[in-house]
Amino acid sequence: MAMRYIGKPLKRKEDPRLIQGLGHYVDDLQLAGMHYTGFVRSPHAHARIRSIDTSKARTAAGVVLVLTGADLQGAIGPVPCAAQLPDMKLALRPVLAHDRVRFVGEPVALVVATERYAARDATDLVEVDYEPLTPVVNPEKALEKGCTVLHEQYSDNIAYRWELEGGDLAKAFKAADKVIRQRLVNQRLIPVAMEPRGVVADYKPGEKQLTVWSSTQIPHLLRTQLAVMLGVPESSVHVITPEVGGGFGSKLNVYPEEALVGYLAMRLGQPVKWIESRRENFLCTIHGRDQIDDVEVAVKRDGTVLGLRCKVIADLGAYYQLLTPLIPTLTGLMICGCYKIPAVRMEITGVFTNKMATDAYRGAGRPEATYIIERMMDLVAAELKKDPAEVRRKNFPQPKDFPYATPTGVTYDSANYQKSLELALRNSNYKRLRQEQAKLRRQGRYIGIGLSTYVEICAMGPSSAMPAGGWESATVRVEPTGKVNILTGSSPHGQGQETSFAQIGADVLGLEPDDINVVHGDTARVPYGIGTFGSRATAVGGTAVYKSLVKLRDKLAQIAGHLMGEAPQKLVFRQKRIISKATKKSIAFGEAVGAAYVAKTLPPGLEPGLDATTFFEPSNFTFPFGVHVCVVEVDADTGDVKLQKYVAVDDCGNVLNPLLVDGQVHGGIVQAVGQALLEEAVYDEHGQLITGELMDYAIPRAADIPWLETSRTVTPSPVNPLGLKGVGEAGTIGATPALLNAVVDALAPFGVRHLDMPVKRERVWQLMRKGRRAK
Amino acid sequence: MIPAAFEYHVPKTLEETLRLLERHGDEAKVLAGGHSLLPLMKLRLAAPRYVIDIGRLRGMSYIREENGQIAIGALTTHADLESSALLLMRCPLLPETAAEIGDVQVRNRGTLGGSLAHADPAGDYPASILALDAEIIAASTAGTRTICARDFFVDMLTTQLRPGEILSQVRVPPLAPRTGAAYCKLHQPASGFAIVGVAARLTLGKGGKIDSAAVGITGVGPKAYRAAAVEKALRGKKPSPKLLADAARHAAQGVEPLSDLHASAEYRREMAAVFTRRALERAIARAQGKKA
Ligand SMILES: Cc1cc2nc3c(=O)[nH]c(=O)nc-3n(C[C@H](O)[C@H](O)[C@H](O)COP(=O)(O)OP(=O)(O)OC[C@H]3O[C@@H](n4cnc5c(N)ncnc54)[C@H](O)[C@@H]3O)c2cc1C
Repeated sequence: MAMRYIGKPLKRKEDPRLIQGLGHYVDDLQLAGMHYTGFVRSPHAHARIRSIDTSKARTAAGVVLVLTGADLQGAIGPVPCAAQLPDMKLALRPVLAHDRVRFVGEPVALVVATERYAARDATDLVEVDYEPLTPVVNPEKALEKGCTVLHEQYSDNIAYRWELEGGDLAKAFKAADKVIRQRLVNQRLIPVAMEPRGVVADYKPGEKQLTVWSSTQIPHLLRTQLAVMLGVPESSVHVITPEVGGGFGSKLNVYPEEALVGYLAMRLGQPVKWIESRRENFLCTIHGRDQIDDVEVAVKRDGTVLGLRCKVIADLGAYYQLLTPLIPTLTGLMICGCYKIPAVRMEITGVFTNKMATDAYRGAGRPEATYIIERMMDLVAAELKKDPAEVRRKNFPQPKDFPYATPTGVTYDSANYQKSLELALRNSNYKRLRQEQAKLRRQGRYIGIGLSTYVEICAMGPSSAMPAGGWESATVRVEPTGKVNILTGSSPHGQGQETSFAQIGADVLGLEPDDINVVHGDTARVPYGIGTFGSRATAVGGTAVYKSLVKLRDKLAQIAGHLMGEAPQKLVFRQKRIISKATKKSIAFGEAVGAAYVAKTLPPGLEPGLDATTFFEPSNFTFPFGVHVCVVEVDADTGDVKLQKYVAVDDCGNVLNPLLVDGQVHGGIVQAVGQALLEEAVYDEHGQLITGELMDYAIPRAADIPWLETSRTVTPSPVNPLGLKGVGEAGTIGATPALLNAVVDALAPFGVRHLDMPVKRERVWQLMRKGRRAK
Repeated sequence: MIPAAFEYHVPKTLEETLRLLERHGDEAKVLAGGHSLLPLMKLRLAAPRYVIDIGRLRGMSYIREENGQIAIGALTTHADLESSALLLMRCPLLPETAAEIGDVQVRNRGTLGGSLAHADPAGDYPASILALDAEIIAASTAGTRTICARDFFVDMLTTQLRPGEILSQVRVPPLAPRTGAAYCKLHQPASGFAIVGVAARLTLGKGGKIDSAAVGITGVGPKAYRAAAVEKALRGKKPSPKLLADAARHAAQGVEPLSDLHASAEYRREMAAVFTRRALERAIARAQGKKA
């Protein structure tokens, strides 16, 4: 295959329509007779519902239906959770609460009206009588004896305990020269996709067909779950995802509103729309992270890490969403980072609290792992008075050690950590930065240099390790005119696979990217797929595309060989022609395609048509890695932290389109700046979300971000034919600890050893003041 | 986010506006740029029965010299203030303040009149309006009256404006010779509003001593205020880094600072001093003809 387009920085095919405002999102959908629904949501974090009076709402202008949880008993199944862990307590969430509410924002009733405004107004007319219960907000207090229990069928708030141990931990700690301990908090975050969720449903009673448009990352899984929740045949449900304005995991889920809107469309025989408000998005769409990690590392004086022990309290919120309990376990799998740590032990306690559920948010469990190990490596370096780069280098496995099996039971596919570290140190001019830092400190200016060497687990994943399938599908069709449709089971929503899959198609078939159209996100058009999350769409979905393309190329070669009197193996596809390497004879691509459909000159026994489907099952995850270096300056007066320089070296295996990779890395780093420096979902002691809108929940803006210097090393993955690893989350995973390490490094002259995220300027200011006083 | 129902009026003239306001009293809200009022309505924290849109009134958006003062129409947007050649030459404190407000969209829609009438304790203009000793013109069916900036702000979200009145114009004096002014701000990380915003205006006498000092501070307390103790510590003194730093320590004297998620009262008090010092340093440098 000639690589004319793979690896080239093609601009996205998606961009013109998005830039011109011609994209269609759920809210752009207008159907005749559209009805609108609005939800009545609990203002209490924890309360019993005594009664609900809907009489005023029912008689309000424009209102056609008001329903409470009691009205829906038995009509719709609970919110699904795909995760299963040993000893995991079930905590089924009804689509509308009926006897008890367990977080602020939990829906208790709904209103349907002929108009959006009328629906909103009528939600205020539903009167709910609550008996407040003690809210359980702090996950550590939730574990204490005598604490109020969220789910009354259980005796405590422990959702599950999960343990993982590998190697001889006792020996490791006995042999240690030093044990370094730190408690690390990975705060709760709100994903804040630019487009909140939205659902439209339309039911055709004659055909018994329910069509649901939803802003989701998983159209097929949603279809299956809707069929189960609504008790209808899956063949009667059709899910379409139009343009999706950001997901980051928050739309890798099945939400009550999706089932309810579908139910309403069926019940009323009218199309129904619901568009989430920003407030609802903050309260009722999944949150991310939220772990308290108590970590101990056993080291030798020379910096060799012998063992690591980590106790995790994971705040799961009130109920499980699709993958809630699983996310912290990914932290366990990746806790060793890119180091040879012979012995580890991980103990996770999942806890119920009166908050929205946590679930997969960009990185999902791996940012937590990387943060833990990378903060600890810096603490080791500080304790042993060594350079952070040196301590890391000391503990890397060698390139010859790959595939490398960790004591946590995963096998890293391929890597060269040394190479990316040296490149990052060179690109950032690390030695000079250290000299400059010393010079500035003498002038009373405080810059910090932060380093993080990360590895992550993605391209989810082999089905054996996934809750509901880890394969991906693709159908490729060469149409009679020679144009190509790639139908992918993955569901891109900004990652750019309409472009990168077209690049693969162009190279395999010797066409132009514009000859190739990528179709996704419509369960009636594309084969059953798993979806886009866990940096899987290119490595797993793209491989399925590639394999289907190869099947068609081989078929076309047979047809062309037959027409030309040449051996099919000798034919190459280039510039819309099929060419014999031996004789240089050629025919037009379209001629072979025509022959496949007209079907008069096919080789004997060959089926007509050009349509191939692959369900690709990967043999392993992939493990991208890289090194991030950044420089921050702390304002000595205010404690403000300014990011000044950012150097990233990432290795995501082979690269289909460097522009797309850079875009993913940029976005990932920016989201990491959010976690490191700005973002935190704060619930007060009553369980009220006090960072419930963008006026109080700070997300990064363009002005916060310096030029991002990205570069790459390329270590192909052996687990798929294109050697791809995945890059959707790497930026977020690698950057967060680099940023924190830089801030701590800047504050070293003030005796600061650690501070928690997000780094708030007032906290930095306090620490500096304390440090000055101590001097 | 959907506001409650309201009746919408678009008067064509100021007179018509004032008559509508008189008729509907405190059930009515004037809508200017909408960048404070509409968010409140969408969150249903405000639900006025009548919304009177003055955004299309002619002749209320201008910046011009009048009788030795600069007169600014209430509907002048932040963006217009930021880029006004007249202000940049004669009163650059206002463009410097306007440039710190929100983002481009906010500055393109939000108005000076709306911002002052709203009196958000974290709004930027109040600091500069105070430091400039501006005059605010209020109009009603009974005629117009002039309110000096020091009297205008009464409390959080409360001004001297009475029901039936609208703010029609703001008048500021052009900067006198040997005068420097500066606005320095610590942004709230989420909203971008001021945690502390300090506007300083200093005039040097012939001998290089500080003849007059005016310091307006926003964000710290429930309403913007003049930092009288800072001004007193500066007046008649020869400027030095130490003088400015010492004077700045009085920035929050007599004020009970606000406390919230983003800044405790203690931190606000300390930052008031830091940003007062910074504003004074910059204003002095400018008064001395240096670039700052
Ligand atoms: C995202 C965002 C960020 C922002 N950041 C900042 C910031 O950093 N600093 C800052 O200072 N502000 C900020 N603002 C507020 C912005 O400056 C507003 O424009 C301003 O506060 C109000 O002006 P307006 O013209 O939009 O008034 P409106 O919202 O139309 O009205 C505000 C209030 O004033 C009344 N009103 C308006 N005009 C008059 C008048 N002529 N006479 C009497 N009453 C009147 C209205 O009835 C209403 O009660 C921000 C706003 C947003 C949305």
